[in-house]
Amino acid sequence: MMNLDSKIPEGPIEDKWDNHRFSSKLVNPANKRKYKIIVVGSGLAGGSAAATLGELGYNVDCFCYQDSPRRAHSIAAQGGINAAKNYQNDGDSIHRLFYDTVKGGDFRSREANVYRLAQVSTNIIDQCVAQGVPFAREYGGLLANRSFGGAQVSRTFYARGQTGQQLLLGAYSALSRQISAGQVKMHTREEMLDIVVVDGHAKGIITRNLATGETNAWTADAVLLCTGGYGNVYYLSTNAIGCNVTATFRAYRRGAGFANPCFTQIHPTCIPVAGDHQSKLTLMSESLRNDGRVWVPKKAEDASKHPNDIPETDRDYYLERKYPSFGNLAPRDISSRSAKEACDEGRGVGTGGRGVYLDFSDSISRLGESAIRERYGNLFQMYERITGENAYQRPMRIYPAIHYTMGGLWVDYNLMTTIPGCFALGEANFSDHGANRLGASALMQGLSDGYFVIPYTIGDYLAKSGAGAISPDSAEVKVVMESVRERVDQLTSAKGKRSSRSYHKELGQIMWEYAGMARNEKGLNKAIGQIQDLRDDFNKNLLVPGSGDNLNAELERAGRVRDFLDFGELLCRDALERNESCGGHFREEYQTEDGEALRDDENFAHAAVWEYDNDGKTPCRHQEKLTYDNVKLAVRSYK
Amino acid sequence: MFTSSLGKKYLMALSGLVLIGFVFVHMAGNLQILMGQEKINAYAHALQSLPMPILWGSRLFLLAAVIVHAVTAYQLVKENRRARPHSNYIETTKKAGLASLRMGLTGSILLAFIIFHLLHFTIRLIYPEYDKMMTMVGSPDSDKIHDVYTMVIAGFQHTWVSVFYVVAMFLLCGHLAHGVSSAFQSLGIRSENWRAKLELAAKAYAWVIFAGFSIVPLLVLAQNWGMIKFFNFSSGMEPLALN
Amino acid sequence: MKLFLKVWRQNDRNDEGRFETHTLDEVSEDSSFLEMMDQLNEQLLEEGTEPVVFDHDCREGICGMCSLTINGHPHGTENSTTTCQLHMRKFDDGDTITIEPFRARAFPVVKDLVVDRSAFDSITQAGGFITVRTGSAPDGNALPVPKNDSDRAMDAAACIGCGACVASCKNASAMLFTSAKAGHLNMLPQGQAEKDKRVLAMVSAMDEAGFGNCRNFGECSAACPKDISLDYIAKLNRDHIKAKIKSVFA
Repeated sequence: MMNLDSKIPEGPIEDKWDNHRFSSKLVNPANKRKYKIIVVGSGLAGGSAAATLGELGYNVDCFCYQDSPRRAHSIAAQGGINAAKNYQNDGDSIHRLFYDTVKGGDFRSREANVYRLAQVSTNIIDQCVAQGVPFAREYGGLLANRSFGGAQVSRTFYARGQTGQQLLLGAYSALSRQISAGQVKMHTREEMLDIVVVDGHAKGIITRNLATGETNAWTADAVLLCTGGYGNVYYLSTNAIGCNVTATFRAYRRGAGFANPCFTQIHPTCIPVAGDHQSKLTLMSESLRNDGRVWVPKKAEDASKHPNDIPETDRDYYLERKYPSFGNLAPRDISSRSAKEACDEGRGVGTGGRGVYLDFSDSISRLGESAIRERYGNLFQMYERITGENAYQRPMRIYPAIHYTMGGLWVDYNLMTTIPGCFALGEANFSDHGANRLGASALMQGLSDGYFVIPYTIGDYLAKSGAGAISPDSAEVKVVMESVRERVDQLTSAKGKRSSRSYHKELGQIMWEYAGMARNEKGLNKAIGQIQDLRDDFNKNLLVPGSGDNLNAELERAGRVRDFLDFGELLCRDALERNESCGGHFREEYQTEDGEALRDDENFAHAAVWEYDNDGKTPCRHQEKLTYDNVKLAVRSYK
Repeated sequence: MFTSSLGKKYLMALSGLVLIGFVFVHMAGNLQILMGQEKINAYAHALQSLPMPILWGSRLFLLAAVIVHAVTAYQLVKENRRARPHSNYIETTKKAGLASLRMGLTGSILLAFIIFHLLHFTIRLIYPEYDKMMTMVGSPDSDKIHDVYTMVIAGFQHTWVSVFYVVAMFLLCGHLAHGVSSAFQSLGIRSENWRAKLELAAKAYAWVIFAGFSIVPLLVLAQNWGMIKFFNFSSGMEPLALN
Repeated sequence: MKLFLKVWRQNDRNDEGRFETHTLDEVSEDSSFLEMMDQLNEQLLEEGTEPVVFDHDCREGICGMCSLTINGHPHGTENSTTTCQLHMRKFDDGDTITIEPFRARAFPVVKDLVVDRSAFDSITQAGGFITVRTGSAPDGNALPVPKNDSDRAMDAAACIGCGACVASCKNASAMLFTSAKAGHLNMLPQGQAEKDKRVLAMVSAMDEAGFGNCRNFGECSAACPKDISLDYIAKLNRDHIKAKIKSVFA
């Protein structure tokens, strides 16, 4: 039986973090160097954690699959980072950020964690400014803010459209400093393929060096998984090509509970799929919806016409029609779903009928082309580069795409998974965003976990467990190492006829069709069956060329796809069991009369935590009840 | 100070700036030949009569600038070749012009030219008889002085010499077209704000230098071929017959 | 469209390497350059040959992982574009495209088109940071930064560390990369305390890594997908002179 004690500290919510820090055990500064910590991933969460722990004096080994820690996919975040600084004097506070995040997450996140996140959000901005992150500034030299979806205050800090990049480079610079100080050892092109659990505690990891093909064992006193989300289970997403679920999924297979895998976020403004060749989807900043109007033709037979030939009276500005008060600025999940509905009715535009128009002609005639160019010039340019179309002259085509995953490894208040000594940070864990993440909150969470939470909470674990990394040559490690080698060998000896990419693509189609923007019981059951069949086919007919003893991208992908095939089924199972609609999880059976999400707080105000059983057996679903003492459960309405 | 890659660039820039300044002064001096035998001879004599420390100080300073510029360039090129042992199958550029790409070539030829030039007119080893060209024209007193005017004209009577001079000056022009602006960049005193202006000025400067230096051999040749009558010598005259 | 590809193949660092020619049919002009490479690899798989390895990750022009030299130009002939943002409609039916790795001694080839750019990491480790302990930072608004300085720091900080500057330079110089990082930090008041130390350390790390010398070609900036200006190189030159002079008298 899985122990899901969330270890939420006692006391009023404002004092919980303080109380917890005081009651946590500390590791004596002189003893810190006796401890070894493994950090997997070098994004905002991993980079900041490795840098901070190294600075505290721990011996840190940090791993990433890219050729440099600076390339983790946090780098691609555009919009910004929230913080309850209230520099705008517009009524923001820690409590308001906390409230907005819990409400935005459709009341499926853990109160205490979110409150702590809001509390440390202000420190993050200070820290990043001191590191030299070039946030946007006012003429007076002070920090600028912009507003973002889901909030009525202006609390988002940003660095042009490259906030994620700048924050990551900040963390990377801090990490670089620790690497040169010898506190952190960086291992690039080294992918984690398994975790070593000894006597119930995480004691190391097994990696494969992607350049040399070597399988390596690393041991430590604690393992931090900062390996991001699993959006690529859908094949097409805004994630980087290399993003994968392997690290967290392997931990799940070794006993870590996986929480809410069905909570996935779909971003409404992406460039639509252009054809079969497509390998990823590109996000266009949501800010476009401030000046663009979303529409589709009223009649399906108009869908193939040139948009400028469709008269005004034949256009359906469906968001303005359905949500008159929010209009084109309706939240992400709602506008995504509406786009899907319109396309399902055959009114979608562009290749495959999977797109809706985002039309700037009104804004251009009102403000002039130059004003629009000034606001969105780079986005229009990016759009033209990808589609070859000039959006000043004809409306853009957009379509929703998988963007972020709220689910992840279950963690307690200390960010520790159900495997003692194994922690999960950032997008890899589940705790802070519930069923839907607000814009500009992902960066905040990654950095909060890495800079300001784990340095305290890991100390408590280490002080209690004592220093004592086992040897990489010990028998317990060798067993795991052998199993990893076997798995790699199995893949390299797969000389069937289908590439791993083709399996991935097919899995993605199943996932998007049945576990995408809208789900239902029948479809999910069908998906589970199809995924199982696909997996069987994968095991028989996969083709991996070459060997495992050097750089072999096909082998890397095959391993990742193999885990996605298992994970996709888990995601569908979770979606199937959650008989309600909330946030990014929309079950067609559970909607109001006018098609809005219908939450079931009585039966589903909990995190669903999955426990792995052996292959072939259905995993076990546990619950962590979520209680709300500081916010009132309410229905989200944007009408 | 000068051991790092940037240090070497400073050496290149500083020695380059010295030489950039020198060529202008040199050119201005040369052009006095257009004002007649007396003027140029007097000028040359005045220079030769500078107090020993100043004369040799300047000469050694200039020589040092050339040596530093050439030796550092050699080192840099060696390092640069090592830094990119494998060139692209297709070698092409988006922006870099011929002048910047061929600094090594123009520089090497210029070095050869400088050596030749010194042997030709300063040390006069190539035609030792130039030493014997003495005259009263331009002399400040009653002593004969070296007849630079006649020597230069005699020197440029050889078509190949004049052509070499003009070609070398054209290469110098190219060298300066990139070098002047580049020196400012290496010393950190160029910016995008005034870069376009600087580059324009550098190019103008390079062409002025080219024109100022080339006009003398070109005029001599032109007169030699009977196209003009400018200098005080008979066209087609055997150079050695001048003395 | 139909394309003729001349692709560099190299087994490992010590292999000599050679070009291989492939014909690719039915390339969609909507696909990106890397998607065309995916298509090539699928075809190679079908033919029973080992696919070509190349670096790529975000495929939206920000991670800096993609690194191909296309027809002699790092990231191709388009300006302000990474390889992943280059689309096939920029090519014509029947074109021959030559694809090579980034070439520099400091970027040894790992395999095929993949090179090792860890030299850039060493430059950053030498001084591309501001020393600030986590938790010790003053309030974000305690230190106003003139908007202009902040914007220029951001221009430099936009560098994605792809290495196109090195690959485009005939001397394989890393000055644009180094100066962008140093310039970003040196321009900000937060970066002043360590400015001299940073500049000296980063330049010597750059030299040690085996990059060539800057010759002010300007090719790096022209190849830079983020349009980083040569001004940062001038600034690094300037800051380095100052730091050197100070170190003589210190």
